[in-house]
Amino acid sequence: MNDFKGQTLSWQIVNGTIELALHRDPCNEIGSLTLEELEKFATALPELVNESQALIVHSTLKAGFSAGADLRELFQRGQEMEKAAALRGVREFLERIHSVMNALDAAPLTTIAAVHGVTFGGGFELALVCDIIIADRMARFCFPELRLGLIPGFGGIPRLKRDLGNAVVRDLLLTGRSFNVMKAQQIGLVSQIAAEGEALRVARATASQVGKFDRRTAAAAKEFVKPIPYEELKREIDIFCDLYSRPAVEAGLRKFVESTDAQPYLP
Amino acid sequence: MSAPPADRTLDEILNLAASHFKVAREKLTPDGDFFKTLGIDSLQALDLLTRLEHHFRIELPDYELQGVSDFRTLANRIRARL
Repeated sequence: MNDFKGQTLSWQIVNGTIELALHRDPCNEIGSLTLEELEKFATALPELVNESQALIVHSTLKAGFSAGADLRELFQRGQEMEKAAALRGVREFLERIHSVMNALDAAPLTTIAAVHGVTFGGGFELALVCDIIIADRMARFCFPELRLGLIPGFGGIPRLKRDLGNAVVRDLLLTGRSFNVMKAQQIGLVSQIAAEGEALRVARATASQVGKFDRRTAAAAKEFVKPIPYEELKREIDIFCDLYSRPAVEAGLRKFVESTDAQPYLP
Repeated sequence: MSAPPADRTLDEILNLAASHFKVAREKLTPDGDFFKTLGIDSLQALDLLTRLEHHFRIELPDYELQGVSDFRTLANRIRARL
């Protein structure tokens, strides 16, 4: 399936590059429908890889790349189900999204996240699976999960640890603060900064450059420098599920979902 | 190097906010609620924060802005980081 137009995302091959566009209002919250469509993409990927040199993941929405997991859906499911069933559902969701993230992480072509605006939580985690993050000058990153009594659940901590120093990871995780592109570049998370509205164009130019090299060599180099921390990823799911069972999480989710605060995104 | 005078920091914030959100500068007052006077939501507030960080070349953790809604307090928080 060389192109697809879904309700939350679409993909097509443009000049030899797969462009995966996120477009679920209001800011690409990742819930069950997005997961289903990401799974479709992961299934199509082996075939797409044969006809492309790179993958760009980007958002067509003004608000940003992605605000992360769909917390309203998570809260709603928790209210509708008996606790044990809700926990089983959460674990199943996490295992499925980890499977997609791992497939993207290991894809044998160069992957680029072109991010702008809000790049929070699960959205940040999606960017972290990519080989290169190119960020719009106005992009903002955050792991706000601790305010909900949770840790990032889509592979964020193991992948941050893979890329950054542990002291920085602790600061970002334990304060839950958001930070801008200058900080992101300073700590080594973002490799290229684009002017406002230019991240996709810069990503396309980068995709064109990486496409000049021998595919097999690039894939070997990627595999060598970017090991996937499978054991830690599994551990993350266990920790997330242990934490999810606590009453503090329901209270945190309720506070977020029912908030009329002018600053609900600020941890 | 000492921080610039408080009034100058405040002026720069008001000018930047008026210009970016296309609001008449004279409508913005130091003690005004920027959510109301600029008509912005939480995401636009983050956008403003990012622009201010770039303008002043500082890093201002957003938890320092929790509960802050007037320009004067915002200016004080920024000055503490200059």
